[in-house]
Amino acid sequence: MTAMQIFFLIVGLVILGSALMVVTTHNLIHAALWLIVTLFGVAVLYAILNASFLAVVQVVVYIGAIAILFIFAVMLTRKEIRDHGPQLNSGWWLNVIIALLTFGGLLWMLQSWNGFSKTAADFPSSYDAVGQLGKALISPDAFVLPFEVASVLLLAALVGAVYIAFNPHSGDFRK
Amino acid sequence: MNFWYDPVNFIAHWLTSLLTGWGVAGWIASVIIQLIGVVLLISLMMVFDIFLVWVERKVVARFQDRLGPNRVGPFGIFQPFADIIKLIIKEDITPAGADKVVYNLAPILSMMSVLLLWAIIPLAPVIFGVDLNVGALYIVAAGSIGTLSIIMAAWSSNNKYALIGAFRQVAVLISFEIPMIATMLIPTILAGSMGMNEIVQGQQTVWYVVLAPMAAIIFMIAAIAELGRSPFDLNEAESEIVAGFHIEYTGMKFGLFFAGELLHAFTFGGFWAILFLGGYHFFGLENLGPLVAVIILLAKAMFGYWVIMWIKYTMMRIRIDHMLAFNWKFLTPLAFVLLMLTALMNTLLRGTSTGVYILGMLLTNVLLGWIIVEILRGYSRGERQKTEGVAPATATAHR
Repeated sequence: MTAMQIFFLIVGLVILGSALMVVTTHNLIHAALWLIVTLFGVAVLYAILNASFLAVVQVVVYIGAIAILFIFAVMLTRKEIRDHGPQLNSGWWLNVIIALLTFGGLLWMLQSWNGFSKTAADFPSSYDAVGQLGKALISPDAFVLPFEVASVLLLAALVGAVYIAFNPHSGDFRK
Repeated sequence: MNFWYDPVNFIAHWLTSLLTGWGVAGWIASVIIQLIGVVLLISLMMVFDIFLVWVERKVVARFQDRLGPNRVGPFGIFQPFADIIKLIIKEDITPAGADKVVYNLAPILSMMSVLLLWAIIPLAPVIFGVDLNVGALYIVAAGSIGTLSIIMAAWSSNNKYALIGAFRQVAVLISFEIPMIATMLIPTILAGSMGMNEIVQGQQTVWYVVLAPMAAIIFMIAAIAELGRSPFDLNEAESEIVAGFHIEYTGMKFGLFFAGELLHAFTFGGFWAILFLGGYHFFGLENLGPLVAVIILLAKAMFGYWVIMWIKYTMMRIRIDHMLAFNWKFLTPLAFVLLMLTALMNTLLRGTSTGVYILGMLLTNVLLGWIIVEILRGYSRGERQKTEGVAPATATAHR
């Protein structure tokens, strides 16, 4: 077992453990903080795979924006942070079976794939992964269409949010 | 390799050969060397932080026409040590109803988010933590961990003032992040890379402050807002919410927040120097050796830190709605226009000679700045007429 594999196992255990804590803790803020640990673990996985751009974007978007918005929403909307109700409903065993089946199916599918047991090849030192990603995102024969569609979708969401927040009867807007 | 020319790398090579000579595997030796480097850099920064307390107190004293610390040691330079002893022997209070783990974790995260930034700072051509090819984004990522620490501190101390402070700070951070990223993309366009090393090397002939002066100004404003320093210090507005997010912290835990803020300001002074003021370049002086380059960079970072202090102790606090309007209605559109204009001009002028290129970029910025000032003047004249109902004094004088 190489050092990288040991490191990967530790990170994987941290991700799984913190993800479990997200759903088992009674305190909603603690759940959000454990979720941040999980997301950070995923960023570390990207970093192990030499995908530094994805790792940094994961931290910026998921921890810097989404997790902080979660915490905000919880703090602004709930007076009682602690949740006292039961954590499981009556259909829990069905969900466990479906989750196990999905996991087993994925594992079975991946085992017949020849890349499953390969180790990641190192990039040559002059390889510009970020540059390649940037070129792929705007080149017409790669991902320019999904990229533009995603940006139009985000713009529509932005306009929608402004429309909901805009109240023409609230008087002078600039005050 | 000469010891006196490049002592850091000389010692690193010597240690590596020593460890491999003892039969340690190559990768273990390099891990040990890198660990020593990390510990050394962090300790250096923490010790430097003590010095920054003295600098801050001396400079604010000068701005307010006082002498500042002048009793302990020459020029009061040992005053911070007295401060540290005071902070350490203070009672360490954890408020009732506080969330203990989160409460104690927050100051550590706050300090960590600043120290993380030093990993990508190129102190000299051969002395840097790591040459990350996504350096500009890494700054934002480390900043978001700082935001997180503020929320954690505020929520876990179980105090309403702290929570209000954190709400304000996060509103500032989330909004000023946008012009900051947009202006950090301008050196990226000019250098053709997000890596800090390549951005510094791209400024060999001309500093980016000449090619993009508007971007340098906007970056400085956004950086001050990100730091939560005056005039954007709504998070700890003393006259309104006592001390903001660190209201419940005592002793060295407060000290960590305080030291983190000072080092953060100095670090952003450093990034200002790296992105716009040429990093370790100073008219060829950096070729004398890596240590000279380190001194040049630290001096430039000190200059950036001084500018931040200068603004802090000169400007008054801005009201929160003014500040958000200033960001969303002025700074963000301006930063985006500037980004598009820089990208366009950079592509158009790439084939021309260096002189034409520099002049073209500079003129673009000056022209944009002039248009902005004209628009602002027209806007404020309209506002004045609306509120006062009379023409401004300059207009009546001509009648």
